[in-house]
Amino acid sequence: MHRIAPRVASLLLLALAGLLGGCGTSARQRPIVLQFWAMGQEGRAAARLVRGFEREHPDLRVEVQQLPWAAAHAKLLTAYAGGTTPDVAQMGNTWIPEMAALRAIVPLQPFIAGSRIVTPADYFPGIWGSNVVAGRVYGVPWYVDTRLIFYRRDILAAAGFDHPPRSWAGWLRMMAAIKARARPGDWAALLPLNEFEQLVSFSLEQPGSFLKDHDRYGNFQSPQFRRALRFYLRFFREGYAPRIDNTQIASVPIEFARGHYAFYVSGPWMIREFQRHMPASVQQDWATAPLPGPAGAAGNSGIAGGASLVIFRNSRHQAAAWKLIEYLSRPAVQDEFHRLTGDLPPRRASWARPDIARNPYAAAFRTQLEHARAVPRIAEYEQIVREMQTIAARAAWGELDTAQATALMDRKTDAILAKRRWMIAHGRLP
Amino acid sequence: MNRARAAAWTVNGLLAVLALVTLFPLLWMLSVSLMPQGSASTFPPPLLPAHPTLANYRTLFVAADLGRYLLNSLIVSGGITLGALVCNLLAGYAFAKLRFAGRDRVFGLLLAALVIPSQVAMMPLFLLVRELHIVDSYAGVILPALASIFGIYLVRQYARAIPDEMLEAARIDGAGELRIFLRVVLPLLKPIILTLTILTFLTAWNDFMWPLIVLTGNHHFTLPIALASLAREHNPDVEMLMAGSVVTVVPVLLLFLLLQRYYIQGLLLGSVKR
Amino acid sequence: MRPGRRIAGWVFIAPALIVIGVFFLLPVLLAVGLSLTDFDIYALASLRNLQFVGLDNYLAVLRMGLFWRALGNTLYFVVVGVPLSIGAALGAALLVHSRLARCRGFFRVALFTPVVTNLIAVAVIWKYLFQTRYGIVNFVLGRFGVHPVDWLGDPHMAMPTIILFALWKNFGYAMIIVLAGLQAIPDELYEAARLDGASAWRQLRHITLPLLGPTLMTVGLLTMVGYFQLFAEPYVMTEGGPLQSTLSVLYLMYNQGFDWWNLGLASAIAFVLFVFTLAATGLLVRAGRRKGWV
Repeated sequence: MHRIAPRVASLLLLALAGLLGGCGTSARQRPIVLQFWAMGQEGRAAARLVRGFEREHPDLRVEVQQLPWAAAHAKLLTAYAGGTTPDVAQMGNTWIPEMAALRAIVPLQPFIAGSRIVTPADYFPGIWGSNVVAGRVYGVPWYVDTRLIFYRRDILAAAGFDHPPRSWAGWLRMMAAIKARARPGDWAALLPLNEFEQLVSFSLEQPGSFLKDHDRYGNFQSPQFRRALRFYLRFFREGYAPRIDNTQIASVPIEFARGHYAFYVSGPWMIREFQRHMPASVQQDWATAPLPGPAGAAGNSGIAGGASLVIFRNSRHQAAAWKLIEYLSRPAVQDEFHRLTGDLPPRRASWARPDIARNPYAAAFRTQLEHARAVPRIAEYEQIVREMQTIAARAAWGELDTAQATALMDRKTDAILAKRRWMIAHGRLP
Repeated sequence: MNRARAAAWTVNGLLAVLALVTLFPLLWMLSVSLMPQGSASTFPPPLLPAHPTLANYRTLFVAADLGRYLLNSLIVSGGITLGALVCNLLAGYAFAKLRFAGRDRVFGLLLAALVIPSQVAMMPLFLLVRELHIVDSYAGVILPALASIFGIYLVRQYARAIPDEMLEAARIDGAGELRIFLRVVLPLLKPIILTLTILTFLTAWNDFMWPLIVLTGNHHFTLPIALASLAREHNPDVEMLMAGSVVTVVPVLLLFLLLQRYYIQGLLLGSVKR
Repeated sequence: MRPGRRIAGWVFIAPALIVIGVFFLLPVLLAVGLSLTDFDIYALASLRNLQFVGLDNYLAVLRMGLFWRALGNTLYFVVVGVPLSIGAALGAALLVHSRLARCRGFFRVALFTPVVTNLIAVAVIWKYLFQTRYGIVNFVLGRFGVHPVDWLGDPHMAMPTIILFALWKNFGYAMIIVLAGLQAIPDELYEAARLDGASAWRQLRHITLPLLGPTLMTVGLLTMVGYFQLFAEPYVMTEGGPLQSTLSVLYLMYNQGFDWWNLGLASAIAFVLFVFTLAATGLLVRAGRRKGWV
């Protein structure tokens, strides 16, 4: 009778141990296995690219995992919080300061200094700069992006314009003309209200930043930002753009092809999407153009965006991880990557190659990328701009005016940055 | 007599309309999943595929790794179900039939804890799971779900009907408690075992929030997580999403149809006033 | 009683108790502590960066405009959604239970089907059925001359659309339980009433509903507690938008906790939601007690 207790207990322990053992992470074996995380279509392309790497390095194996773009930021943070970071990852370059502040990723200068492949001078300066935090380089750009305008040439022509807009004022005039001729249900522009990149782009087209005092306080009430916000809000107040979230659009290429929108502000991945999903009949009718400037000169600035490759501090194979980054940065591999994804290469050398040089849609990006600016490099960036966008959307719906909106943005930002100020005051952040 | 016939027509007509409204989204899902890419986003919306194709399923399984997610869902739900059966049956039976010090107090405590919603525990649970190094693993999803207060309650309600005389007789024959449980009690609990199995499996299969939090890379994604991330990608493909939905919905739907009696019995037992 | 049995009891409940204790009760206790700290992304990096902040998180929650918006949305969902769901369930149950109904088994299963479908999968389906330009719903309404409705894109329509979705998804659950309640009402009562010449309406009001009261109360409570935990529907269909009109408290907690890793603040949000859920449950129970349904 007394024996049952231990017997039951050991039975259950066995069962539990079996479950755990069967589910735990598998032990790494002889060929070193590098964990490489990449997002969306880049993840799919990476799975093919690493095969060449594995052929060159029989002692290394690369396991690629894909993260969904929409949740990538949260997932990377979760991985950091949970101690399950990979060796190498693709990372939106605006998230690098956050990961650097958390000491989740390692500085790469020692590797770069000894590299003949990764040569900083060949990269677009704004993009390279976005990977530098407090004087240290944390990521190697993998591809670049900046937001600019996609437009329908035929709709502009029908409204009497033979060139894309160059200034904010010119853009507004064009939209007024297009809107006046539009069928019901059609709009001049599409700027989804839950995307912060458009407003950030407009604000970067002017001097100054929306943060101040070493990025410790919000600076949304500055005249520059208010000007950008006022411009942004006109899209909605004048009825040029629908007040719509991107969750409610069935398919941008199809909508764009049907002429529901004449302008769309987005990034380079849309080139491939448009080429693939728009019918041949409208393929001649669309084009890209640099972002119009506040006072003329288009393409003088914009977000220096894109994704970089980083190495995590937890990685036990940092040297091997760097080999992978170097491999992926080789011009030949970069070309293959561009062919697979349509993503734009971060190195000027690659832009001389015929398929990019001759791509009519890429030229506008090239122009703008030379002047693109890095966004504030702090851990709270993503949270601040999302909060900013939430408030901007309320203003677009008419709940707030520009002054109220910017005041609210500053208040929210100051609250978000409270811990950062505390960290700085206690000498825990540079 | 005419009035009675009119009444019968009304009742059955209403039921038919209600059933149509209820089933239509699922039928539409099936139909769109067989349409070629891009054909569902037209106006007027097509109801049936002009040229049915399995291309969406092929794309999903070949390019989008759906097979892996299906397998993950099976592993996670199967693991949870097995473990939960062991834990809940043992505990439910003990609370119903074994007398031991503190029994009622412990059970009362568990029932009281039933009012606490699980999300209160989620933030510390993540930190705990991190200490156990099981973030982004099957174990991270399975372990916290291995026992449920509701499951224990269900088994206890059912096991109370087992006559004490049967257990006493077995004890007099010299059987140990584990032996009694395995040989005498388990056969009697067969209906509730089926109920618990299907309830647990369905809950595990459909669980969303915790797997969403604890699974980071796509290697361990379950079907709902994979489907949600597909749906939130840039410009998702309606036809392919519907095919993904079919794969997510159909297995459990079949299981339910197979075991519906036991499933519904579980719901009823669970809602009985205490 | 032999000692073996006494130990056996504890051994039998041990596995379940360990799992529940370690993975539920302990975290709940820890959550109390966590909600009193400023645990955030910096604290994840190093616990040196953690501060005890007392009730600051709770005050912050109560001062947060977004929290009240989320709470308002959640209450909207609960207050409109629960009665609708229970009403639909009652109606459906009465129809299926009716002596006039044919193929009862089929209808019972058909109407219950949405309950066992996967929430994410069917949310994806609904999103496309209710798509403004190409959705079938707007197409059908268009046939009746109704202009296209921006179901999930209009801040005033998004929550009603999600409520409609939840109604479709959940009414079958309550229907099954109500159906069981209906079957428990003895036929003699109706026969006696019919002999007295009572109409079907009067039978419903004076026999069915009063006897069904406790059942309705139970499913009402269960549905309500479930509806307070609104999350996956807006996560998939609207991401909380437009204009935060579908942001629920639980979604806010997820945002704060697992997007920004403000685990202290998120824990406080979870407890405040818990308190509101308890209060609402208490109110409903009190109302039920007055009618003798509890």
